[in-house]
Amino acid sequence: MRARQPLRDFATNQPLGATALAFLTIFLLLAIFAERIAPYDPVEVDFAAMLSGPTREHWFGTDAFGRDILSRVIYGARTALGIGILASGIGCALGSIIGVASAYFGGKTDLIVQRFVDMLLAFPIVVLALVVAASLGRMPVLGIDLNLVVAIAIPIIPKVARVVRSAALGVRAMAYIDAARTAGFSHVRIVLRHMLPNVMGPILVLATAYVAQAILLEAALSFLGLGVAEPTPAWGLMLAGNATDFYREAPWVVIFPGLAVTLVVLAFNTLGDALRDYLDPKLGI
Amino acid sequence: MTAPLLDVRDLHVEFRTKRGSVKAVDGLSYQVRPGEIVALVGESGCGKSVSSLALMGLLTKPAGRITKGEILFEGVDLARLPEHEMRKRRGRDIAMIFQEPMTSLNPVLPIGLQLAEPLLQHRGATVAEARRRSAELLAMVGMTDPERRLDQYPHQLSGGMRQRVMIAMGLACDPKLLIADEPTTALDVTIQAQILELLTSLSRQLNLAVILITHNLGVVARYADRVNVMYAARQVEGGTAERIFANPRHPYTRGLLAAVPRLDRPRNAALATIDGAPPNLANPPQGCRFGPRCAHRTETCETDPVLAEVEPDHLARCWHVDAMSNDQEPAPPASVRSGPQREPILTANGLSRHYAVKNGGVFSRRHGIVRAVESVSFDIMAGETLGLVGESGSGKSTIGRLLAGLEEPTAGHFSIALGDQADATARRRAVQVIFQDPTTALNPRMLVGEIIAEPIRVHRLAIGKIAIDARVASLLTSVGLRADMVERYPHELSGGQRQRVGIARALALEPRFIVCDEAVSALDVSIQGQIVNLLEALQRELGLTYLFIAHDLAVVRHIADRVAVLYLGRLMELGPRDAVFANPSHPYTRALLDAVPVPDPVAERARGTRTLKGEIPSPLKPPAGCVFHTRCPIAKEACKQSIPPLRETAPGRFVACLEA
Repeated sequence: MRARQPLRDFATNQPLGATALAFLTIFLLLAIFAERIAPYDPVEVDFAAMLSGPTREHWFGTDAFGRDILSRVIYGARTALGIGILASGIGCALGSIIGVASAYFGGKTDLIVQRFVDMLLAFPIVVLALVVAASLGRMPVLGIDLNLVVAIAIPIIPKVARVVRSAALGVRAMAYIDAARTAGFSHVRIVLRHMLPNVMGPILVLATAYVAQAILLEAALSFLGLGVAEPTPAWGLMLAGNATDFYREAPWVVIFPGLAVTLVVLAFNTLGDALRDYLDPKLGI
Repeated sequence: MTAPLLDVRDLHVEFRTKRGSVKAVDGLSYQVRPGEIVALVGESGCGKSVSSLALMGLLTKPAGRITKGEILFEGVDLARLPEHEMRKRRGRDIAMIFQEPMTSLNPVLPIGLQLAEPLLQHRGATVAEARRRSAELLAMVGMTDPERRLDQYPHQLSGGMRQRVMIAMGLACDPKLLIADEPTTALDVTIQAQILELLTSLSRQLNLAVILITHNLGVVARYADRVNVMYAARQVEGGTAERIFANPRHPYTRGLLAAVPRLDRPRNAALATIDGAPPNLANPPQGCRFGPRCAHRTETCETDPVLAEVEPDHLARCWHVDAMSNDQEPAPPASVRSGPQREPILTANGLSRHYAVKNGGVFSRRHGIVRAVESVSFDIMAGETLGLVGESGSGKSTIGRLLAGLEEPTAGHFSIALGDQADATARRRAVQVIFQDPTTALNPRMLVGEIIAEPIRVHRLAIGKIAIDARVASLLTSVGLRADMVERYPHELSGGQRQRVGIARALALEPRFIVCDEAVSALDVSIQGQIVNLLEALQRELGLTYLFIAHDLAVVRHIADRVAVLYLGRLMELGPRDAVFANPSHPYTRALLDAVPVPDPVAERARGTRTLKGEIPSPLKPPAGCVFHTRCPIAKEACKQSIPPLRETAPGRFVACLEA
């Protein structure tokens, strides 16, 4: 069950998951230390090097404004991971608490909460995010648009709540929840201290999966013009706008940001699957 | 003597795990003859189930494998047989039935189809033939209206009927050997008796060899011809049931027999116990495996004892078999409890709990009412133990949950005498629960120390880390655990240790009254005695009052001062323990007592069979009049008309029966 060295244990049991984790760690470091690592300023326009192919000066080439694509991909990791992790974190945290509380209280509370969740689930995720993003406007904090985070987090909440509720229903039936009730503990304590930790497995898996989803959604919203605004470097944005005019002559304009999105999303999904298997005691032995 | 059908010789089974290999079966040898019932007895983890899975070639591969030994079935070594050959024998020559009839039938297929499957597979029968044979089989296992049953789904059958279907499936291809792995452990005693009677008569009738795997020594005594006792992967004793029960020669067998509370013996002051717990098989002790727990241990026991014949038809693996011979240690007789103050601490009046059953969905109308508990009234005196017995579905656990405040009564009320200044929190604290399954009763993500400290911290019973730690340590000591257990997680403890932690947690709130909801039923026999003795010691020390809910009547007789018998949510009988057990007034109480097997083959055979017919009716549609009349051997016409009131037949004895 609990290993003394969880990281090493994870690496031996789930080599693929560990590779994904290492890959994501590299991206995270790139995002954090973007200023030191990126060879150029991501917004610096250099008309002398417009649409230059991959060269020794510009490894990933430059875009229509002569901006260095490698630098923009590195800075873009900051936007993508920042919004992705924050949105997924907020969505999963709220969704989990709603799901666990719904399962714990049961009865009418459960019925009402779940019908509300049904309502939210009825909207396609992109449409819901679009509506929220359009109605909230922009509110950038530290280079990350908080309203975009909220817009992406909200559609995640009902999905997480639904999955976590069903896991929590199993925990609700455990005798230790009855024991906590006979000991006279408060509802808040039982939900947070006794139920939530025991559904952490599915929550972790959902959280990683939704980071990937959130990155895609951020890219999609930026592509549609409701996400990150020019000139902020963002992967979705790099694939949108005038990139669509040039990709035939200058494919590197879309290849590298596209590859970054694909690889990070793939890595998060792989990590999520590996975590699910690693945390499932039935598959452990 | 006929030639053995099955001859297991020196069987070794190993499981490879990440932490090294575990010898789950270490040199098991026994024989089974046609028409004979051979029991494999032992506690959980002793290798009894693994050895029979090995017979069937059903070990989880590749982790588990037979490393040594032969399994000769009609002269063919099953251990060396390739899988496709084994598959032909499985189901046709050897059939197996499992403990949990709930999960061993496929819920989405009608039982007729499941019964027909082996016939179509092994016998090449046509669909019509298979159906006719299936109906015959159901009739053979005592199911009424077999034709109609074929189209029913498992969820439409009760647990006992499902187990009958499992047996019918096992018998479908006329097997020569039937392996029954704990076939009645999940069933009530009256149903257990029916199923085992059925197995025995089938064995005699069809000349079927049966391997009966069980932990219940009473079952063994009543139904087995030969017995093999296993401990820590090894066979420690083997022979005919008469010889082993009359004169057990291995200290473990003796300990087990002494640890079971018995209905046919006078009640002792404390249950005999075996100290400690079975060893970890990944790292078994040197020499005799039972050595560390054995009272007769000497230096000789450092070397491994061999399984040797102590008398004809009786083997034992012990160096000191001669010292074990017939010196029944006299158990201390029960002391009369110094009459506790006869003040009721809890008074329940007309307690009822009903559940509305709906079809599901928002707009569905009410479908019916399950009357789990129906106007039950009783007192519990301070310092006494009230035993609450009954079959599953009798409402005994619901009463416990009502008293613990986990559910609200639909009607009626109960009060706890705590003095005037007691507020809601004090009332809450005053009643605590010890749960059945110690595995699910402890939060797996919390350390033992946190589990016990939490209620103390929340209710501010001790302030500051030092005071709380000291309190936790003293609670652990009082339940017989070392104080350094605080650093462990529940999954690192054994079942008995977990139950002790559960007791310590309940005691942390300094309760007056504890509901023990099947508190020892999930434990092995040798551990069960330790926990019962601990509960009794704590009661004496702390002046606790218990409501002891159990289906094991012998344990209840041991621990309870008074006994209440429930059937379909209604109180049938209530009275002092000795009076109720010696002279039951209600026919249901009598039937329950008759159904309990005692671990003595001679006494068992003399008792004959008196099984209760039928099964407990659905609480959705309880019978009119006396709820027991459908199964009652002395029911009269009047019993169908009016509900018998609970009346006092002697001081302190209450019975709800028109005929008693």
